[in-house]
This record gives sequence, C-alpha cells and structure tokens, in this order.
Amino acid sequence: MICSLPVLGLCGYIAASCLLAFWFPQSVLAFLAVEASLLWLYYVDAPQKIKLFIGALLLIVLLPILGWMNGYYLEVAIQIGIFVALALGLNIVVGFVGLLNLGFVAFYAIGAYLWAIFGSPQANEFIPGGLFPLSSNWFFLFLILSVALGALTGVLLGLPVLRLRGDYLAIVTLGFAEVVRALVNNLDKPVNLTNGPRGIAPITKPPLFFQPLLEYSGLDVSEAKLYPLYFYFLILIIVGVIIRVTRRLESSRVGRAWKAIREDEVAAAAMGVPVVRMKLLGFAVGASFASAVGVLFAAKQVFINPESFTFMESIGVLAMVILGGMGSIPGAILGATGVTILNLQLLKGLSLWLNGLRQSGAELVIPLLGSYSLSQIPAQFEPAKYERMVFGLILIVMMIFRPQGVLPPSKERKK
Amino acid sequence: MYALIALGYTMVYGVLEFINFAHSEIFVLGAFVGVEVMLLLESAGFLNTLHPAAVLLLVITAGMVISGFAAMALERVAYRPLLGGPRLVALISAIGASFFLQDGLRLFESLWRNTFYLSYPSLEFLDQIVPLTATLVIPVKSMLVIVTALATLAGLHVFVNRTKLGMGIRAVAQDPDTASLMGVPVKRVIALTFFVGGALGGLAGVLFGIHYSLVNPYSGFIPGLKAFTAAVLGGIGNIPGAMVGGMLLGLLEAFAASYLSLITDGAFGAEYKDVFAFLVLILILIFRPKGLLGETVRESKA
Repeated sequence: MICSLPVLGLCGYIAASCLLAFWFPQSVLAFLAVEASLLWLYYVDAPQKIKLFIGALLLIVLLPILGWMNGYYLEVAIQIGIFVALALGLNIVVGFVGLLNLGFVAFYAIGAYLWAIFGSPQANEFIPGGLFPLSSNWFFLFLILSVALGALTGVLLGLPVLRLRGDYLAIVTLGFAEVVRALVNNLDKPVNLTNGPRGIAPITKPPLFFQPLLEYSGLDVSEAKLYPLYFYFLILIIVGVIIRVTRRLESSRVGRAWKAIREDEVAAAAMGVPVVRMKLLGFAVGASFASAVGVLFAAKQVFINPESFTFMESIGVLAMVILGGMGSIPGAILGATGVTILNLQLLKGLSLWLNGLRQSGAELVIPLLGSYSLSQIPAQFEPAKYERMVFGLILIVMMIFRPQGVLPPSKERKK
Repeated sequence: MYALIALGYTMVYGVLEFINFAHSEIFVLGAFVGVEVMLLLESAGFLNTLHPAAVLLLVITAGMVISGFAAMALERVAYRPLLGGPRLVALISAIGASFFLQDGLRLFESLWRNTFYLSYPSLEFLDQIVPLTATLVIPVKSMLVIVTALATLAGLHVFVNRTKLGMGIRAVAQDPDTASLMGVPVKRVIALTFFVGGALGGLAGVLFGIHYSLVNPYSGFIPGLKAFTAAVLGGIGNIPGAMVGGMLLGLLEAFAASYLSLITDGAFGAEYKDVFAFLVLILILIFRPKGLLGETVRESKA
C-alpha cells in the first residue's frame, strides 16, 4: 500500500492550503499554510521516494502556479531560497567545522559585486574598450567564476586567521566583513570600481535561453511575469545543488574530519586530521556558496549598493542557522524559511495590523484596568522596525533553552 | 577613549575568558543615560545654574551606576545559565544580547522622546579651549577624557591589586574552581566584575556622548569593535595593556586619518581609517596573538 494514511492526510492538507492561497491571494496566513506543508512533509512517515515526489510536486508545480497568480508569493519564495542557500553555506562553517563566522555576508557581497561590476556598464570605468555590460550569456560563467572567487577569498582570509581561537576568529571575520563593506563603499576613487555608496545599476539579468521555445509553443508571456518565475527555478536549482553537495560532503571523509574538529580539535589532530587544511576547506566551501548566491542576488535585484551587505545580514543568517540547529541541513532550511517569513511577512503583517487597530480607534476594555483606546498605541511601536530585537531574542533564547536548535542533526552516524 | 571601553572588555575577558559582545551596547546605554540626565537637568533649569563640575559628576555617576547594573542584569539573564557550556554558545548569546539591547534602547527612546537620535545639551565650560602654547591648544572636552581615563586606570589598578574584592577577582580569573574552594563567592565575583566592566563602559559612554554630542542606539558598534582591537593590541585581560592599546590605536588612527591621503597621494583618504583599525587587529592576531604587553589570563585549551 503506497498511499498510507499520513500521506493522504498530507496531500489533503496541501490541496486545502493551496486552495486557500488561491482564493485569498492577499492572505499571508494562507501562504504560510502552504509553506508549512513542507515541514509536515519532512516529518511525515512515508517512503523516501513518495516524500521526494510530493516535495517536488509542491515546489516545481504548485508553488509556481500560486506565484503566477500572485507575484508577491514568488518574491517571498525567491527571498527564502536565497537565504536558505546562505544558511546552508554558513551551516558548513558554523555547524560542521564549528568556526563562528560573523562576516559571512562579505562573501555574499563579493559574489554580488563580481557580477554587478561586469554585468553593468560599471566595468567600462576601468577597462577601456566599451565592452561592458557583458551580455547576459556570461551569467552562468560568472556563476561558476564566483564559486572560485568565493573559495579563493575564503582561503585568503582563512590562511592567517584560522589558527586563532574561536572567539578571536569571530571578531576577525566581523572585522573582515566591515573591511569589505568599507572597501565597496569607498572604492569609487581613485578608480571607480564599485561606484561607492550610490551602488551599481542596471545589472544584466540572466539569459532567457528558453525564449525561442516559448515563442515556438505560441505562449505569449511578458518578461515581467517571466523573470520572477525564472529566478525562482534558478534559486531552486542552486539550493538543490548546494543541498546535494553538502550532503555528499557531510557523509564523506571531509565531513567526518570537520565534525571531529568541531568536537575536539586536539583529538582530531592527534588522529591525523589535517586540521588547518580541513578548516580552510570548510571556510572555502561556505564562502563559495555565499558568493554564488551573491551573483544571483545581484542579477535579481538589478541594483545593489553596500547597504545590502551589513553586519545585520550576517547576524540574520547566523540566527537562521542557530534557530534550525547547527550542523543540520533540514535545520538550516527550516531556520532560513522561518526567519525570512518572520521578517518579510509576520513582522510586516503585525505592523499593518497594529496600524489598522490604531486607525480604527476602538476601545479595548481590560477588566479591572479600565478601558484603553487603541488609537493610543504609540506609532513608534512598529514590529517591522525591530528585527534586530527579534534576532537577538532568538539567539539568546535558543542558546539558553535549546542550543542544539529546532531540528538538531541526527546523531546516529556519529557513534 | 578606546582605552576606556577596552578596559571594560578586558575586565570581563580576564575573568571569564569570554568576549562580552554586548559591551558596546552597555557603552551606548551609558551615553543615553548621560544625555537623559542632562536633558532632565536642562528641563528642570539646573543645567546652567549648577556648577559644571557638579553636573558632570552627576551625569557620570548616573551613567556608571545604571550601566553597571544593566551589565549585571545581562550577566544574570543571558550568560549565567550558560556558564560552563561551550564557548561558542555564550558568544552567540552575547551577540544576541547586543542586538536585543540596541533595538530595546531604540524602542524605549522612540516611545519616550519620539526620536532615537539624541544630542547632548552643550555646556559652556566644556566648549572652552585651553591654550598650552601659542600654537598648541587642547579643548577641555579632550582633556576631560584623558584625565578621566588616567584616573580610571589608577583607580582600577588599586581596586584590583589592593582590595579584597580585587583579590577575589584575580583569584577567579586564575582558577574559578580553586577560588571557590578557598571561599571566594565565585558567582558574586563574576557579577561584580560585570558591574565594574559595565560601569567603565557607562563612563566611556558618557564621555563619548559629551565629546561627540550626538548618540544613537547603533553608535556603539564601531567603537566597540575598535575597543576590542585595542584590548587585543595591548594583550587581552591585561589592564594596563588595554590602556596602552587604546592609546596606540587612537594615535594610529589619527595619523592614518590625516596622513593616509598624503602618503598615497590622495588615493586613499580618511575614510579608510576604520579599515586601518581592523588591519591592525588582524596583523596583531597573526604575529603577536598575546598582544604587546602579554596576556595575563591563563592559557587554556583551544
């Protein structure tokens, strides 16, 4: 019997939530319900193949259809994808190798600027010949190039600092991120490399290589509608590749070496693990993921400036990894999804809701305390502005009550 | 300036071997308490009638006491439950606390004053300039900072090396287990260390506020990082080291700010002074991880 009861229940749930999202295209909750089905899928007791099939159906067919109806959903899904990829990258560094990297966003920035500089007229500023912007066909080459560049910068940063103790490393990576940000902020002179705080625009989008196919099939789709969908599938593929690579690495000799280093560096060294080399490798892999995602981010945003790469982003990604569980792939995915939704939807929704309450001016009657006019809620009390507070709380509370995260890595293979 | 903040880091690190990430927020808290007290005095009409020294004393005391207690509360809530756990855990919790405090402060100030960029009321006395020679002048503000820093160093030295409580702090720093066997109330000593560290941060915050006159909840981040650099430069956990490191870093930065563009022919200007500080940090960590004056904390396992 393939279709067991839990699977049927799940399918019912997915159908119901999708219909909800379909009928109430503006509702945040309906979309949340759709997203929650992925989590349910993870927990449901069914054969691997069926789970994979349902997951693929959900991600490849249902979500794009919903996104087609409502571009906002797709936008959120792309954001989630980007952060999932980032969290997976950081998960390798923090979760597997046990190195606290507070400057992860620097690698993201490097990737983003790589494509931004060459995929826009910006490069004409220092390379003569008017060759730029490069045509969109170069995008995939740069995606690969960014992986190499990310790995290279990871190694370059790692070489001097990886011998340091954990907490020093945290500070140095933080400093590194600040240096990178200061550089992109100020490298508009002597040579205008990054256009400084004004940022770079317009950045070339990836090529629509399937355009002829669409024309052939007679579908007339506007580019504005096509691009989000395209980016969605791109990020889906990237995340897929990253998950695959991470899982292979995790169960390989390298992954075991990483975990050994995390548990006890001295013992690992005594067992013949080349500690520094393995740490460097971990650093480089994480950095290359971030860098590749950066390229995609630049292409999606069309415009980037240094403001997108602050310390805040690093902490956000860290919060995702911590929330989900250090060293756990599903954890990193869950954490990234959760935090992104929190940021993009819940906090904003809450702000809107409070605003609505304020304007309605209704009276809230609390027994014994008298009545309180809702219009008196101070206007400064806007949850969307206080994401730092939320992140901070997440970090503290998780550390105190559940340092292993919501979905801790399974320990079965460790012993 | 950096020296003062660095002292706070060093105090806590020396005892717990733990970087108090939230120290920069304690520092900002001090600055905010300072500005609030001054604004209150102003609205009560005391600001110009009271003797400036009295005003300063009041502001600094308030800043120190409140920051000190805040640091203690922080230790209680965010760090104590994690004592003895892996280092990474406490570190992450500290980062969380730092972020929480930033926005907490912002929320409070937004509700209270409707803005979170506050500026210090000016004191005439502080805006004066003292001529040393015909060409060299020192603003009173800068003198205040230097004198306070030196006085604090002296006071801290006496406190740590001459008093009984200081002895307790040193004992816990050397070996908490043995110290507790010897009858030192370890938890109280740790709390006390946080109080002292926090009070120093508050003091630095008030001086920072007076000196730059504009504060916002996020202004602690860069000074905090630099103070950490200073602490590392001088050898973390080492009190005179923090002082020397702070001064050295301040000097280096001032020189970088004014001469970098001359040296590189205008290619790199003063905007790179922040980069410079971090380069110093990285170089120090690579070539002399124990700092210039050496690390006084016990060598521990990695």
